[in-house]
Amino acid sequence: MASIGIKDVSKIYNGGVTAVSSVSIDIADGEFIVLVGPSGCGKSTLLRMVAGLEAISEGSVTIGDRVVNEVDPADRDIAMVFQNYALYPHMSVYENLAYGLKNRRTPKAEIDARVAEAARMLELQPYLERKPRALSGGQRQRVAMGRAIVRKPSAFLFDEPLSNLDAKLRVSMRGEIKRLQRRVGTTSIYVTHDQLEAMTLADRLVVLSGGKIEQIGRPLDVYHRPATTFVASFIGSPAMNLVTGELHGSKLALGPALIDLGATVPTQGAVTVGLRAEDLHIHDGTKGDLPFRIDYVEELGSQRLVHGVVGDQPLVAAIPSEIPLPETASLSIATAKLHFFDSKSGQRIDWVGEGAIAASIPAMEVAAS
Amino acid sequence: MKRVQFSSPYLPYLFIAPQMAIIFVFFYWPSVQAIQSSFYLEDPFGFGSTFVGLSNYSDALGSVQYQSIARFTLLFTVLVTFLSLGIGMLLAVKADAVLKGSSTYKTLLIWVYAIAPPVAGLMGMMFFDQHIGPLVKLAAFFGWDMKVGLNYNDTAIAMIIVSVWKQIPYNFIFILSGLQGIPVSIREAAAIDCRSGMRRFWTMTLPLLAPTAFFLLIINMTYSLFDTFGVIDVMVKDKAANNPITLVYKVYMDGFRGNDLGGSSAQSVILMIVVFVLTIFQFRFIERRVHYN
Repeated sequence: MASIGIKDVSKIYNGGVTAVSSVSIDIADGEFIVLVGPSGCGKSTLLRMVAGLEAISEGSVTIGDRVVNEVDPADRDIAMVFQNYALYPHMSVYENLAYGLKNRRTPKAEIDARVAEAARMLELQPYLERKPRALSGGQRQRVAMGRAIVRKPSAFLFDEPLSNLDAKLRVSMRGEIKRLQRRVGTTSIYVTHDQLEAMTLADRLVVLSGGKIEQIGRPLDVYHRPATTFVASFIGSPAMNLVTGELHGSKLALGPALIDLGATVPTQGAVTVGLRAEDLHIHDGTKGDLPFRIDYVEELGSQRLVHGVVGDQPLVAAIPSEIPLPETASLSIATAKLHFFDSKSGQRIDWVGEGAIAASIPAMEVAAS
Repeated sequence: MKRVQFSSPYLPYLFIAPQMAIIFVFFYWPSVQAIQSSFYLEDPFGFGSTFVGLSNYSDALGSVQYQSIARFTLLFTVLVTFLSLGIGMLLAVKADAVLKGSSTYKTLLIWVYAIAPPVAGLMGMMFFDQHIGPLVKLAAFFGWDMKVGLNYNDTAIAMIIVSVWKQIPYNFIFILSGLQGIPVSIREAAAIDCRSGMRRFWTMTLPLLAPTAFFLLIINMTYSLFDTFGVIDVMVKDKAANNPITLVYKVYMDGFRGNDLGGSSAQSVILMIVVFVLTIFQFRFIERRVHYN
């Protein structure tokens, strides 16, 4: 067990392509960190640099109190779980689990004990003599996990370990990974492109885009206070609505509506406004505040996603499915739930009114349209 | 297994007919002929033949010369097979690790395969030529007076070197593609589990290469036994008699130089049986240990 320090790490390929640029993350002992971002954002490259499978172009990676930049992958005291499991096809499950220990000259009795313990934790006992090809996807995934656990390394590295599984199995394996990590308490770095996986697993999230860190924070902090428009649109499902508005003093012009914020935002003029679909409320007729033209509806069972336009900007509202859909609709939102981003840089703009969640929906003026 | 339906039950037989015709004309028919003529003593000038039973076989197997040629063939086959497989594998593993200029490197290694066996034999002869051969000069540098075509051992060594040299590219291509068929993530997982590259090779790379290696083992043995004919022919033809030859070359010598078709046929049949037994042995005992993905 150890902390991991990633300091100003960059990956620049021979052709001059920068895959990761100057990333710094301090990972505490026992912490579960999830690197999340769209494909090509450099999350896997970063993980592979920690593992030693990719050379570090700039910066340093520390595991425990040892800089490991020049250390062989086998000597970094890490274990990695791969997306396609990477089980050794010619070895039985037992041999797969024991291979890493055998190569480290662990005594036979200890190998047996550790394999037995891992097999028990992962419910793999009946399959120890089988070859990987005789296992199902979920079982293979558990063997891959077992191979990491038996080593008792300083850190677990997960490279999208669940993306080859079907949706149902993914949910149960997600829970299993979380439980196991809690139990063994090993520092973990987990790479995924699935924001839901990231939210549910992480102690802290690292949102990456274009090889740079967009935001580091606890899942709920990232969800409630996204640092950039990128994070806002990436974390949360459905994605946060991002529309352009205009600030005039303490008033926000949004399409045809003019909303009184009750406080001033430290910027004026054009601004990107973020509205979470689940923070929007729908009203019959013009009782609400933002006139909303419904386009189409996605039924999800527990809720429905109503797609439509406010002014000329598309917007999604998530509403409980028992509320009947009105013919002519309008939307309202608590001003405290509005997010503001700089319209050029996309950076979050903090303001005094946010987070002060109002008990009731404040009255909003409807501009004549 | 996917079952394909044909409109007529005879159609599939029609499809394999050309292949079967070739196998029949060039393999079964001559085999039957060989077996038949191995029981006869043919007149060298074609004036009939006499049935002699198994005496062609007993003559061949009882001859001291035949036995010594058989021993040399065994040694030759084992050495050529393992040297060409081993060196081919070493080169392939190294080529697989090369990052820059790998295609040039690979092409240079594969080139040799494009040379026909007699040409390779001729080139080999030039390498070992008494007057201009660079390898003879190299040997002379170490105080070894190599006399290829005159000295039995020197000729044997030259023959083995040329045969191995000719076969390395073939093994190289197959092993390289076999290596590249090993998933990257398995190699990476092994790199994390095992520090020693040597150990990784024996415990991971080689077992995963086993299907390729098994195939090559059979191909290389066949090559050493039969396809080296061209090389041997160029090296020992028109030379003094005491030169190493393999059983296949002996078949040719007795049949077409010595005009003893019956004895030559008996020897071919013996070779056929040897290959048959070898193949069965390989599939029964070695293939069982091969892991196919």
